[in-house]
Amino acid sequence: MSEIFEALWPDYDPGRFFCELTAHRADAGPVPRLLAERLGRIGLPDLRARAAAAETDLIDLGITFTVYSDATAIDRILPFDCIPRVITASEWDLLERACKQRVAALNLFLGDIYGKHQIIKDGIIPADLVFKNSNYRPEMQDFPVPHGTYAHICGIDIIRDEAGDFRVLEDNARTPSGVSYVIENRHLMLRTFPDLMAGIKLMPVDDYGRRLRAAMTEIAPGGGHDDPQVVLLSPGIYNSAYFEHVFLAREMGVPLVVGADLTVENDRVYMRTTAGLKPVHTIYRRLNDDFLDPEVFRPESQLGVPGLIRAWRAGNVAIANAVGTGVADDKAVYAYMPRIIKYYLGEEPLIKNVDTHICGEAEGLKYTLDNLDKLVTKPVGESGGYGITIGPRASKEELEASRAAILAAPSNWISQPMIGLSVGPTLAEEGIGPRHLDLRPFIVTGKESWVLPGGLSRVAMKRGSLIVNSSQGGGSKDTWVLARDFTAEEGAGK
Amino acid sequence: MSTYMREPGLLARDAEGLFWMARYLERVENLARLIDVTQSFESPGFETDAWWGLIRINADEKRFKERGFSADATHIKRFYLLDAGNPSSVPGSLEDARTNARTLRPLMSTEMWRQINVFHRFVTRIGPEDLEGDALSRLCTKLKDGVQAHTGITEGTLYRDQGWYFYELGRLVERADQTTRMLDIKYTALLPRGGREEKRMAELTQWNAVLRAGAGYHAFRRRARAEFSAEDVVHFLLRDSASPRSVLLCIRRIESHLDDLRRLYGLNAAGEAIELAEMLRAFIAEKPLGHILNTGLHDYLDIVQIQLQNLAGCIGHAFFRDWRPEPASSSETRGQTQVQA
Repeated sequence: MSEIFEALWPDYDPGRFFCELTAHRADAGPVPRLLAERLGRIGLPDLRARAAAAETDLIDLGITFTVYSDATAIDRILPFDCIPRVITASEWDLLERACKQRVAALNLFLGDIYGKHQIIKDGIIPADLVFKNSNYRPEMQDFPVPHGTYAHICGIDIIRDEAGDFRVLEDNARTPSGVSYVIENRHLMLRTFPDLMAGIKLMPVDDYGRRLRAAMTEIAPGGGHDDPQVVLLSPGIYNSAYFEHVFLAREMGVPLVVGADLTVENDRVYMRTTAGLKPVHTIYRRLNDDFLDPEVFRPESQLGVPGLIRAWRAGNVAIANAVGTGVADDKAVYAYMPRIIKYYLGEEPLIKNVDTHICGEAEGLKYTLDNLDKLVTKPVGESGGYGITIGPRASKEELEASRAAILAAPSNWISQPMIGLSVGPTLAEEGIGPRHLDLRPFIVTGKESWVLPGGLSRVAMKRGSLIVNSSQGGGSKDTWVLARDFTAEEGAGK
Repeated sequence: MSTYMREPGLLARDAEGLFWMARYLERVENLARLIDVTQSFESPGFETDAWWGLIRINADEKRFKERGFSADATHIKRFYLLDAGNPSSVPGSLEDARTNARTLRPLMSTEMWRQINVFHRFVTRIGPEDLEGDALSRLCTKLKDGVQAHTGITEGTLYRDQGWYFYELGRLVERADQTTRMLDIKYTALLPRGGREEKRMAELTQWNAVLRAGAGYHAFRRRARAEFSAEDVVHFLLRDSASPRSVLLCIRRIESHLDDLRRLYGLNAAGEAIELAEMLRAFIAEKPLGHILNTGLHDYLDIVQIQLQNLAGCIGHAFFRDWRPEPASSSETRGQTQVQA
């Protein structure tokens, strides 16, 4: 940490972790120092008062998600931390290229496993891992998708280790959520902390809705020439991400529909309007595969649309993301991603994976069981941070429970070394303290990929905690990507 | 034309949501008005009779018993102002309005959504102490303010396509219905014992209270003769062509909105509802008032209420019904969200 920060924040100590604000980065220019100075000028009491006002704002605006535990559902806000996370132009350049690389490989992989199975024939990835995966959809075999795009909307979880190197932690290729917070956090910052942002030139985040709508138009049957009808299909107001569904429907300017709004006649999809049935051409669905169509998947589900898959296979409607993408973001497949990237693109991954041991393989299982107390173990089918055991922090009982769970079904588990996630200065009970964070950039792909500048920075609000998931008490920060033409002189004014 | 603008259409489910959201909010305002006027009908020693009138005009006798309340003034007030489990209460109606607002959030302005959230929070925090003494009237004022703020924000920010018409239809149907209940409540009110002059004065006071509840006191004064009769008040609340809460004005606006939906949006299914509205208008405008008062205003108002229900049913049948694949199963489905009375 440079002397400037020691003078400004004498009590701030990131320890051995990489700090996203105070670590030296040549092209951060004067921004970190400016931020620290401005925060100092605002002062802790005012900072707290404004942070509280910002959270009230979120409640009033209903910017909430729903947490289900047992039988109760509670609307919560995603705690908002007012100290932004800063990404420099060169860092963003790497992140952006790495995300595009990753999505390109994911889509080629999906096209292959639902096509010629070349990667399996060539022995790069075991057949069982694909065909016995619970998210593999045989219905997708030989079904062509426009532009070869399966994962139209992707969120890739990226962390930074103690050396400051980025690492991919997880791919989300099904229905990743969180993008609404990226944009709402920026609006909230602009309203609540204009004095913190003054004169600092950032990459904008408000183009997401237009880009998403454009991608949805590009994949519509017929190539989207005649202003196709796009809809967002939501499970409804009881879904934990309902706020985001509303947000995206509004940003795209398309109707938010639930299953009951849609009907299929003669293999075409229609929505029920006051003027009768109106054709639908692209469905951005925020519903998992198995709820989409009771004729094909869960017969008891009422959330979906009977006949939807028929209409899709007849080429009369586009569905984003495509059915069956879950096999690509599986935690077991993740371990093969470096090899998958190399296989299809002939390139090394621009950002590496976290080292991963596959318990479904004898070697990985042995290593995992021998080093349980040093490793993080994760079930492969879960999301949201559920089922994770952090070895170095687990009690003896927890480790034994984890061992039993892994032995009962080894192929359901992977393990990874414990990574010292980078930290960012965060408004905390002790003042401004270091808190661990990650980053989820969002990639939209129609014909081509576009990456929303920045992404969602999730932050573990509890001191020392490494779990940033919103369902486990994590919060979020505004993520600043410094504009390329940002210069020290420009930014330094006032 | 320089730019191509699409006609986005309106989901049947959203049309229904807008209709009901408006109804629930209008109901909250009118309930506040009725509670305010009921309080002024209290006469010492007969408090319960005055409040029981509220239960009667809302036909809530059965529900009131089911909710386990005892029939006294305090419990009737709680039934309508604190009991979220009672769908005809202020918190119950507001909960339903907000649930609809959540489904409609994609169509509503941010200002509308924020105000409903804040108002909803206010209502969930009403406590027993807010129902005591002079606090009650202040509470009613705040409830009216809350709905009127909603109405004003809606007027100023809700995009006026089809959706706005369905919103307005819901509001007008509910308002017309509630105005008939305000008239009805006068007939449940007791007159004090005593001389003729005392009774006349008490009656006058009660009619003035009803006019105030219907936001028509001052306008009525300007229009009426010095010595007005009950007939004049009934005429004003039922048939005045300029009072915003008169039944006739509401029906005329319903007709006009339905006609616009047919003309501007090609919704020909409006035809049947337009016919019903015309019939109802005739029923209200044409019968001599003297005759109505002699044969029984209460029964007459009952018929108007039933006709309004038929009209709402007809609008629902024409535009909303279609989105429910299985009418009976709608309540079990998590994805479906409308809550109706």
